[in-house]
Amino acid sequence: MNEMSKRVRGRDAGPGEPKRAIHPGAGRRKAVPFNKGRVLAPGEMEAVSAIVGPPPYRRDLLIEYLHQIQDREHCLPASHLHGLAELMRIPMAEVYEVATFYAHFDVVADGEPRPPAITIRVCDSLSCMLAGAEQLIAALEAEKLDGVRIVRAPCLGSCATAPAAEVGHRHVDNATVDTLRLLSQAADTEPEIPVYQELYAYTAEGGYRILRECLSGKLAIDGVIKTLSDGALRGLGGAGFPTGRKWSLVRAEKGPRLMAVNGDEGEPGTFKDRYYLEHRPHQFLEGMLIAAWAVEAEQVFVYIRDEYPAVLAILRAEINKLEKAGFTNHTKVTVRRGAGAYICGEESAMIESIEGKRGLPRQRPPYVAQVGIFDRPTLVNNVETLYWVPEILAKGPEWFAAQGKNGGKGLRSYSVSGRVAKPGVILAPAGSTASDLIELAGGMAAGHKLKGYLPGGASGGILPASMADLPLDFGQLEKHGCFVGSHAVVILSDHDDMKAVALNLMRFFEDESCGQCTPCRNGTEKAVKLMQAPSWDYALLGDLSQVMRDASICGLGQAASNPLACVIKHFPEDLP
Amino acid sequence: MADKIKLTLDGKEVEADRGETIWQVAQRHGIKIPHLCWNPAPGYRADGNCRACMVEIEGERVLAASCQRKAAEGMKVETASERARKAREMVFELLLADQPAKEESHDPESKFWNWVSAMGVEPRSRFPRAERAPADYSHAAIAVNLDACINCGLCVRACREVQMNDVIGMAYRGHGAKVVFDFDRTMGESTCVACGECVQACPTGALMEANLIDKASGKRVAFEDRTVDTLCPYCGVGCQTKVHVRDDKILYVDGRNGPANNNRLCVKGRFGFDYIHHPDRLTTPLIRRDGVPKTECSQQKSREDIRRVFREATWEEALDRVAKSLKRIRDSHGGSALGGLGSAKGSNEEAYLFQKLVRQGFGTNNVDHCTRLCHASSVAALMEGVNSGAVTAPFTAALDSDCIIVIGARPAENHPVAATYLKQAAKKGAKLIVMDPRGQTQGIARYASHVLNFKPAQDVALLNAMIHTIIEEGLVDIQYVQAHTSNFEALKAKVRAFSPEKMEQNCGIPADTIREVARLYARSERSIIFWGMGVSQHTHGTDNSRCLIALALITGQIGRKGTGLHPLRGQNNVQGASDAGLIPMVYPDYISVEDEATREKYEKLWNTRLDPNKGLTVIEIMHAIHEGMVKAMYIMGENPAMSDPNVRQAREALCHLEMLVVQDIFMTETAWQADVVLPASAHAEKWGTFTNTNRQVQLGRPVLKPPGQARQDWQIIQDIAQRMGLDWNYKQVSDIYAEMASVMPSLNNITWDRLVREGAVTYPCDAPDKPGNEIIFANSFPTKTGRAKIVPAGLLAPHELPDESYPLVLSTGRLLEHWHTGAMTRRATTLDYLEPEAIVGLNLREMGRYGINPGDMVKVATRRGEIVLKARADRDVPEGMVFIPFCFAEAPANTLTNPQLDPMGKIPEFKFCACRIEKQEMASAAE
Repeated sequence: MNEMSKRVRGRDAGPGEPKRAIHPGAGRRKAVPFNKGRVLAPGEMEAVSAIVGPPPYRRDLLIEYLHQIQDREHCLPASHLHGLAELMRIPMAEVYEVATFYAHFDVVADGEPRPPAITIRVCDSLSCMLAGAEQLIAALEAEKLDGVRIVRAPCLGSCATAPAAEVGHRHVDNATVDTLRLLSQAADTEPEIPVYQELYAYTAEGGYRILRECLSGKLAIDGVIKTLSDGALRGLGGAGFPTGRKWSLVRAEKGPRLMAVNGDEGEPGTFKDRYYLEHRPHQFLEGMLIAAWAVEAEQVFVYIRDEYPAVLAILRAEINKLEKAGFTNHTKVTVRRGAGAYICGEESAMIESIEGKRGLPRQRPPYVAQVGIFDRPTLVNNVETLYWVPEILAKGPEWFAAQGKNGGKGLRSYSVSGRVAKPGVILAPAGSTASDLIELAGGMAAGHKLKGYLPGGASGGILPASMADLPLDFGQLEKHGCFVGSHAVVILSDHDDMKAVALNLMRFFEDESCGQCTPCRNGTEKAVKLMQAPSWDYALLGDLSQVMRDASICGLGQAASNPLACVIKHFPEDLP
Repeated sequence: MADKIKLTLDGKEVEADRGETIWQVAQRHGIKIPHLCWNPAPGYRADGNCRACMVEIEGERVLAASCQRKAAEGMKVETASERARKAREMVFELLLADQPAKEESHDPESKFWNWVSAMGVEPRSRFPRAERAPADYSHAAIAVNLDACINCGLCVRACREVQMNDVIGMAYRGHGAKVVFDFDRTMGESTCVACGECVQACPTGALMEANLIDKASGKRVAFEDRTVDTLCPYCGVGCQTKVHVRDDKILYVDGRNGPANNNRLCVKGRFGFDYIHHPDRLTTPLIRRDGVPKTECSQQKSREDIRRVFREATWEEALDRVAKSLKRIRDSHGGSALGGLGSAKGSNEEAYLFQKLVRQGFGTNNVDHCTRLCHASSVAALMEGVNSGAVTAPFTAALDSDCIIVIGARPAENHPVAATYLKQAAKKGAKLIVMDPRGQTQGIARYASHVLNFKPAQDVALLNAMIHTIIEEGLVDIQYVQAHTSNFEALKAKVRAFSPEKMEQNCGIPADTIREVARLYARSERSIIFWGMGVSQHTHGTDNSRCLIALALITGQIGRKGTGLHPLRGQNNVQGASDAGLIPMVYPDYISVEDEATREKYEKLWNTRLDPNKGLTVIEIMHAIHEGMVKAMYIMGENPAMSDPNVRQAREALCHLEMLVVQDIFMTETAWQADVVLPASAHAEKWGTFTNTNRQVQLGRPVLKPPGQARQDWQIIQDIAQRMGLDWNYKQVSDIYAEMASVMPSLNNITWDRLVREGAVTYPCDAPDKPGNEIIFANSFPTKTGRAKIVPAGLLAPHELPDESYPLVLSTGRLLEHWHTGAMTRRATTLDYLEPEAIVGLNLREMGRYGINPGDMVKVATRRGEIVLKARADRDVPEGMVFIPFCFAEAPANTLTNPQLDPMGKIPEFKFCACRIEKQEMASAAE
């Protein structure tokens, strides 16, 4: 203790003098030497602007900025989130709620360790589970790979090559511990771009002729819409809404109008959009540009799930070429990257995500055709729907409509996976049956006998082998508590435990529920708990299924109980 | 007719307005539909997420949320079909599963539990329980128990859409979705400003007033036994409150749907109520012991100290002594040897009585109050220009504006509820231009289209450059100027020399930006200006206001919807106290004391001769005491020993008085120098009308009785008046109001009974059954010519510029949590907890230059004195500036401030003087 401080202490404690300033306050607490909340350290804003670039910053690009930071840092440190919030002049909470909503963002709090630079995502959705994803995950975890973390992921759209995994952005088909170890040790994390039809090849086979005819006025909008209606083209994302009618509805709304392409193909078992995008992207792009022309969309947002990095690379490259070639002068095409959220395949949730927000489905009405992106009338079409547009316009409506069977009209791209010999995208007439598809897929896998099947991905319910001859088309399965949706058909066999199947699906919904409404947020969570119990409370599960179906905001919650209800109905012998 | 639709509701055809929701239609028809996430209160949007209000609509596959779904023509709705009822019950059962049981619940009287009972749902669930978040008791005011959270998002809407304080988010997803504060920190560590809107909105008790909860059990233990509708005691916004009381103690406060607050409150109004129960309350009259000298000291005194200096007395003795002394001094030295300082915290009736006592009983116009220190210059400029000192439009008019200028005001701190309307207006699309030498990053700047952090005291340079731009670029509303103003040519000539390019140097704002905001203001269909003490508290404060008035007049941005001039008034009744004549130059309603006719009117009415000369202002009175001219003072609810500039001088003056009577609720720094201290009533203990910044006259009701022998202020004033020989005989507050209203035309058509009935009426008001006029000066100004006078202003440097010895600029002001001199707020438990110590705000870079770390003790010195206080690294303080709140008695900022006055408004320059800082090594070590 030096002399000075003693003197001061002496003075402070002197007789008759107060020890410290006495004031009206209680004196129990010390003042905080900073502004309220997390202290923005010098340089935090600069660090972020070095990554995301100079202003202006747009609110709708929040998710893009988060991607840029995540790509650079392999996580989202609190310092960067704070810097970003300040740059964008939005609340910290707003950045945080978006960042924590999407599975592909890793938020790291102050003082918390950053995750390893390499992430292996292993798909644990149904088709991959059937192919041994659980064993793969367990084996990988046992490896304790240095600088690598193992994360469970929902469907990666590789159901035909299950089990599927991703090392960083590199997809791995028929994944094994060995390939994943090798790739992660080599830090080989960039997507592999498949061989696809490029612009010159597509134009060489007559591609973009229809678009040119639209733009030049040779084809009239009404005529194009009529052709699509006559061709019975329906929304192939899952809802089956007549495409021509949708375009007319959007056109009837006062402009300016916008368009979004739903490329957030996340329904477990579905991989047909990916197939077209990775093989024939231009037929889709031509359809998209025709649609934009037809509804006079000022801008088109192509929303692609982050699980499809190769698709993102292809589209960016090819759209760039199209812009240079002058095919996009009538609109503006923007690719938006999802960030790991199944719910963003729901069109209004996707719109929220395009606006840079959490993917919370909106309540209808108003419909997105009336109030969509930035509250403007918006046309939302699925990838495959648009894929068929130029071909129908080129070959005529009869060509397409005549292809169906069992009362169906048109062609469908069934994603067939599970216990078949040759899983893959099978182009077949609308109204094909599960038996047809098994046959087209080379029959059942060796040693497997058909027990049941999912006609429409995770949400479309489960049907028994005895119902393998139902036409798989829109409106055909509802009476059985199922629907065909995105035409993802997962074949199950006598090797499969239906309780485990149903639980896998319910877990998926539990993970992917946006959390907005009570029946879905709490319902999926309670359903998983009840389904894990040694014996099932059927009355309660029945009540729960009903409230989820009746009272959830969107299709996720409304359909999440379909597999549960189906296994109770069709496979009671597998249930406790 | 087209706006009406017909639908069938439970089998009955009913009519609905277009846009009405099913829930609203049902409600109108007496059908109760449960609801949790829907809060039928102003500002809350339906979100439809809880699904407790599901109804069945014929022809639809699924049920619909009635809170959110709009009624449509021909729609057939069943509000209680088996399917709908079942769905609702299941929703409750799902939510119940994760709730603490009712007997364990945080708030068994919450909306959630009330619906459980009303619906007849079993208060238990068949579902397995999920893991829930632990309790968070990190915040002094708000207990967070997210185990009761139902993710309805009302708190998020409260925080982000209603108050727009932007702290709460709904993070993560699915069943992991969780209410978070900022980056999921504890509430206490977050940027939360504790407005408590979330607490008021929460339907389950997950967010609750911390003082209602027993922290060990997490259960609510305190329940009110009665509730009183009254007003907030703090700022000029004038929020209406509901005060909940148990056993004659205030338990908690909610916002009420008043015209100025729509149920909103801020941290002071909601959580700063318990000062009235503080043990420091004065409960007996006190008389200074014989021979105890008067000393100045800002250190708070203990009870023993107080007993050493004062002795308790009866009211009879105290009042006799006061009246006798005052009479003696008046009779031997004349009325001008007396003075009175009234209070802007008291009611209109108290203000009226106080000035009446000084004028009628003391025989002088030496009566003033703290408006002198706040907006005197604004009022001077407004009186000169438009002959009215009040706002021309309420702050809610911002919602109708296209362009909003906020200059020299920090509404998020000083008028937090008013700030919510400004933020909402900006979010709706209005351009918000914030001009302030300090940043407002945690305030309204997030919503600003333009932030102009100009150099301190360069208001005139900036504003004249804007006027220059408007004139030069032909943006003047010539028709308006010709029809409604005078003296435009003088302005034109004056500002010719003030091009933005020239003024850029002075004010530090790029010329392009000045031009841009000038154009924006002038060209917008509707522009409005708000200003505060950053404009008024300068030696050129009147000039600053003149520029703002000129801006509005030359562009015609006044007298219409969404336009106008709004000086944000500081204290709850500074408007009313000024209106009531608590000003040395004017009688009630701003009629000059030199106006003979009016003086004669009052002489007749009060049956006495009145002083024909203007009285002295707050600061002038202190000077007059030093000069021996003023010998006795009566101070009611004011604290000049803290609030005056160069406060040492003021304190010395108070010590010199032969008789100082202080009437207050605490032993303030001023009362310490008193000869007699009279225990008064707090805001929550009295009837009275209060006039907010919007000119809304509102009724305050007593919640409690004053403690001990403390008396109603109006009674004390009357007691003194009677003892001084005046023939006063008011029986109740309404008698005073009636007399006041009879002499104040501004209160025409606003009777006491009407206020009891309606709670608030805006003046001026044209008829007893019509609402008051919110926007004034639509057709003309209340001047003799009907025209407004434009008064040009020149550049005047601040009185004391920084130099080598004192290189920094000191500015003083307030903190969100503390109000005025802190007498009340520092004795409010929560507010004290949140801002417990004297702090000085400094820029981190400036601190680096002086080797000061955040939390170090710093000595701040000016030519008038020095204080030592804790350094806070404050993002909003620019380099070269030092900011100190003036509420801290242990380090009174006014020890440092410059008492130099604006020549016209007589307001001191609180916002600019030269200072220096140094690190105080030892004090820090001794901490």
